[in-house]
Amino acid sequence: MAEVTQPQLGVTRRPAPGVVWEARPSPGYLQLTWRRFRRDHVSMAALGLFLLICAITLAAPLLVTHVLHTDPNTQDLLNNFAPPSPRHWLGTDELGRDTLARVLYAGQVSLRIGLVVAAVSLLIGVPVGLAAGYYGGRVDDAINAVIQVLQNIPGMFLLIILSVTYRPDPTLLAAFIGFIGWMGTARLVRGQTLSLARRDYIDAARVLGASDARILFRHILPNLTSVVTVIAGFEIATGILLESGLSYLGLGVQPPTASWGNMLQGSLDYVTRAPWLVAAPGAAIFLTVLSIFLLADGLRDAFDPRMRG
Amino acid sequence: MTRFLIRRLIQSAFILLGVSVLNFALMRAAPGGLVSLYGDPRISPATIQRLEEQFGLHDPIPVQYLKWLGNAVRLNFGVSLIDQRPVVEKIGERLPATIQLSLAAMVLGLLGIPLGAYAALHRGGLGDNVIRLFTVFGNAVPHWWLGLMILVISANTVRLFPLGGMYTQGDGSLVDRLWHLALPAMIAAMGGWIGYSRYMRSEMLEVLGQDFVRTARAKGLPERLVLLRHVLRNALIPVVTIMGGTLAALVSGSVLFESTFSWPGIGRMAVQAAFQRDYPVLMALNMLGAVLVILGNLLADLAYGWVDPRVRYD
Repeated sequence: MAEVTQPQLGVTRRPAPGVVWEARPSPGYLQLTWRRFRRDHVSMAALGLFLLICAITLAAPLLVTHVLHTDPNTQDLLNNFAPPSPRHWLGTDELGRDTLARVLYAGQVSLRIGLVVAAVSLLIGVPVGLAAGYYGGRVDDAINAVIQVLQNIPGMFLLIILSVTYRPDPTLLAAFIGFIGWMGTARLVRGQTLSLARRDYIDAARVLGASDARILFRHILPNLTSVVTVIAGFEIATGILLESGLSYLGLGVQPPTASWGNMLQGSLDYVTRAPWLVAAPGAAIFLTVLSIFLLADGLRDAFDPRMRG
Repeated sequence: MTRFLIRRLIQSAFILLGVSVLNFALMRAAPGGLVSLYGDPRISPATIQRLEEQFGLHDPIPVQYLKWLGNAVRLNFGVSLIDQRPVVEKIGERLPATIQLSLAAMVLGLLGIPLGAYAALHRGGLGDNVIRLFTVFGNAVPHWWLGLMILVISANTVRLFPLGGMYTQGDGSLVDRLWHLALPAMIAAMGGWIGYSRYMRSEMLEVLGQDFVRTARAKGLPERLVLLRHVLRNALIPVVTIMGGTLAALVSGSVLFESTFSWPGIGRMAVQAAFQRDYPVLMALNMLGAVLVILGNLLADLAYGWVDPRVRYD
């Protein structure tokens, strides 16, 4: 366009001679969010770290055979408890297996469990929260009562009982952990839905004849995606932490499947002989959880910029 | 206030009832039945039948539950399946250790409050950034693993802390016990440090921006009084509300902390009972855990009502 008129100011602006202004659509919500995210160096670094961790755990088979020239299951009993060396970057464990290789493979298990935990927590928490926030009244009261009961059970105790009674494989274990945590998701979704459902455009939609389902799916749910994404991030990290705690006790992922948690399981016995066996899996958990937390924090600030302390 | 208390107690009773139903259902739903979980292939089906009758497992489930409930209300949680001692007795032996650890952790955790206050007052300074960094790292690191790493350092280099237990054999003095309590209490308090300092910092920043603080300063009040009399009191109010959650986290986390430090408490007992499939003990511990969490939340709510004069309970 060759000129811009601002009637409220009573002016018409023209570009300098030789300059042409282009009409460009203003950036949308997602674009603005990404821009804000990009400007936050800490969050970008966290994103990079998380992607790196995902990449090397997913590529574990390739890395382990071609770069490290070893494999997580080969026992070398004459060479057990070897400290870190150029041949075994993180040393060997009590059976002579390469620690780094095991850490990488265990990462696949732990990360997958984290994802399933987040999925289950969202699958249960989002519909429940939506129902509580949208319908209100007795439905809300009933749901709150259930959440109250469940939140008053110490999570670890319940997980111990579940783990012992059902002896779950990693995926079912992740489902159990998600079952422990959906209440938090439901509460957050309920809060957001409560504020959204009272808005005028929802009333307008209802007046125009939209069914409840349509309103929920077409109007409320899309506005929840930012909250849900951040919740998912935190749930993945918490899931990894809980699973590793449970496996450390011996009640989570069972050997021979390795996870970062159960690699720490017998480590108290080797505290003096092989401290790297304690350090390596724990450091892996720490770095992964750190990157996810920073990432989720950054996402939350990018979606909803407020005055940051 | 009394009506509020009575209402809360009734509410808590219902919550406990719900917890007990959930507990009971989970364990009776075990695939294969309760007795066959012991997995000894040499047990003949006839013996299994007899054992099941003995344990009353052939009654309809609601009857079983009511029987259990009737006993539980009288604090009779049955006998341990392992050594036939009353469950209540076994728990009574281990509970003091956990209470000791939890109390120490709660008190230590309160240090997070002055930390958060300092961070807020010196916002942007080195202290603030260090505290915030600590918060970020503290959230991401598994606290029990951090305890393990400190034990690694203690074992391999300078013996900073003992490697476990409540006291050393042959020396049960106060100093020795405190030295054994130090590391577990600090690790358990980390959750509190992080939570309180974060909350306190953000609350204080909010309060410091309020008009009445400006007024107090304009009136000429010395800064010390402004902080003590106005800012701190108002900032503390929301912090009190998370005290209940801290207790819940301690109960849950006690399982991990006690196992790491060989602390003879109920958390470790739960893990051992789990491995031994000692169901009466597990059920009782679960109920105990729920009671502790409910108590924590109730105390936090009461404290909130006491600290904030705008809140009235009736």
